Amino acid sequence: MNNDKLVIGGYEFNSRFILGSGKYSMKLIEAAVKDAGAEIITLAVRRANTKEQESILDYIPEGITLLPNTSGARNAEEAVRIARLARELGCGKFVKIEIMRDSKYLLPDNQETIKATEILAKEGFVVMPYMYPDLNVARDLVNAGAASVMPLASPIGSNKGLATKEFIQILIDEIDLPIIVDAGIGRPSQACEAMEMGAAAIMANTALATAGNIQMMASAFKDAIEAGRKAYLSGLGRVLMRGASASDPLTGFLRD
Amino acid sequence: MENRFFVDSEYLSPETLAKKHRLEADPSFRMNHMEYLPGMEVIESDVCENVMAQMNSYDYSKYTSADVKAALEHDTCSLEDFKALLSPAAEPFLEQMAQRARLETGKHFGNTVYLFTPLYIANYCENYCVYCGFNCYNHIKRMKLSMEQIEKEMNVIADSGMEEILILTGESRGKSDVKYIGEACKLARKYFRMVGLEIYPVNTDEYKYLHECGADYVTVFQETYDTDKYEQLHLLGHKRVWPYRFDAQERALRGGMRGVAFSALLGLSDFRKDALASALHVYYLQRKYPHAEMSLSCPRLRPIINNDKINPLDVHEKQLCQVLCAYRIFLPFVGITVSSRESSEFRNGIVKIAATKVSAGVSTGIGDHESKYTGKETDEVQGDEQFEIDDDRSLDKMYQDMAEEGLQPVLNDYIYV
Repeated sequence: MNNDKLVIGGYEFNSRFILGSGKYSMKLIEAAVKDAGAEIITLAVRRANTKEQESILDYIPEGITLLPNTSGARNAEEAVRIARLARELGCGKFVKIEIMRDSKYLLPDNQETIKATEILAKEGFVVMPYMYPDLNVARDLVNAGAASVMPLASPIGSNKGLATKEFIQILIDEIDLPIIVDAGIGRPSQACEAMEMGAAAIMANTALATAGNIQMMASAFKDAIEAGRKAYLSGLGRVLMRGASASDPLTGFLRD
Repeated sequence: MENRFFVDSEYLSPETLAKKHRLEADPSFRMNHMEYLPGMEVIESDVCENVMAQMNSYDYSKYTSADVKAALEHDTCSLEDFKALLSPAAEPFLEQMAQRARLETGKHFGNTVYLFTPLYIANYCENYCVYCGFNCYNHIKRMKLSMEQIEKEMNVIADSGMEEILILTGESRGKSDVKYIGEACKLARKYFRMVGLEIYPVNTDEYKYLHECGADYVTVFQETYDTDKYEQLHLLGHKRVWPYRFDAQERALRGGMRGVAFSALLGLSDFRKDALASALHVYYLQRKYPHAEMSLSCPRLRPIINNDKINPLDVHEKQLCQVLCAYRIFLPFVGITVSSRESSEFRNGIVKIAATKVSAGVSTGIGDHESKYTGKETDEVQGDEQFEIDDDRSLDKMYQDMAEEGLQPVLNDYIYV
């Protein structure tokens, strides 16, 4: 397990829990990062682009990788502009592409996401696109230079869990980049299930923000993600789902 | 008890007074409120038809507690569920509605609350809306800020830490034309991260111009969706044209604005029907323009200068809370703004249930930010206020209070792209 690293764009991480930051109090972020054992934290550029009294940047412990996102972008062009602004603000070279032209469900626009990925990857960003789980789109994202693929489990903020489970499994099986399940994970058990399936990491925000005790929930997610990862590495995850074998082997008639 | 809106100022000439009285007493003397005036753009849209069909057929007395319980149990709130939640039958379920609303707010907004402040730059008005302090027959100190004065006001506001501003004017194209408002937007972009507008409705090309000047969000209050009642309350001026006002948000979106805000002024007519129509105005426009950001406000009638008896009638805090919870459950994704018309106690409570945005450091007067923010005496002329506010907390105080309520105050969540 010690050598089990999450590798994104050549960068290694020990934690497989990516924390969102947009929905809860900043003073809790530092504690949540610690309890979650997170090494990557997302940051909405539109929120960071502020002169307000307290900036989220003041609350992020050292050694944590910032993952600025392009929320607010409605097309590839806007996402590219926001990513460049993030770089100017000193947020590093990682970027999570979020492109929505639907204010109700905030579902990602896959086509525009591919376009933005291609442009930003060429500019040297480590691009992590948020997407609706579609195999063809995932392949296009790989070709466009993405460093990971981030399919949604269910609508953002819904805490409904792995509604797109079968399709995420296809991405895990077919795509060679880390598949990071993003959006909709509401419980540690759901995070654990995604990890058992072979997801490379989990991203959560609302699940923590709406918990009674944010720190304790951060810790619960950490444990669940680690448990799921261990289960996956131990080879049990999918074998169990195939059902038990019959006591009389079907191939018993075969001679040596 | 009905509100008594008509007040005669002693400063009006006998001719003006005679005209005012005739407007008030004789409907045939008023222009047709459903007919567009020259220059008003007409757009093809079915949104109004949809909203009005639902509102006109809404009989809230037919809903029972069983309908309300079912609505609260459903995963997604249908239009019928929403109608039940707005009905009198839902009043005993206010706590359950608040619990559900809180959940929905949390899913979409976490525990954040956005802060902004309005800036009135002029209070000249060409309309006679009987409940409004700016109405053309009300004797108040009128004023229009020069660009220098606007910049001074913006400086004072920006110094307080505010990052989002809502620019307002009285509704006078003559005194505050689109160019003047555009110049104010350009100035505002120097000082603020986000600029919204609450001005008289304009045509698509004018919204486009204002968008280019830096405005990105347009608020237009329909006041009431009851067209007959609207006719009796808006007696004179371009605002009298109800359908042109109704289509304002759609024109703003066509003009390139990122977001639009809606509201009825609760207390003018049947508030349940007005609340239904406001939410459906959002609902149908969102289906047509899914990328647009939308928000709802929920102002209640307030006393004005020269008429301190105006009140929101049957819309008490409980009814207002019911409306807001119903909005939240039906439209979980929309922003909900609660203005300083409401008390600090109400606002502290409602941000934990349904509201996502509150104003702070508010003045509805003209050119008085320096004296209000710093206490500095000034000899400069100031314009009178549109209505009396209730919650006069400064930005610092509001920020601190929201944080103490366990919420994360957000001063900017906006990026111009």
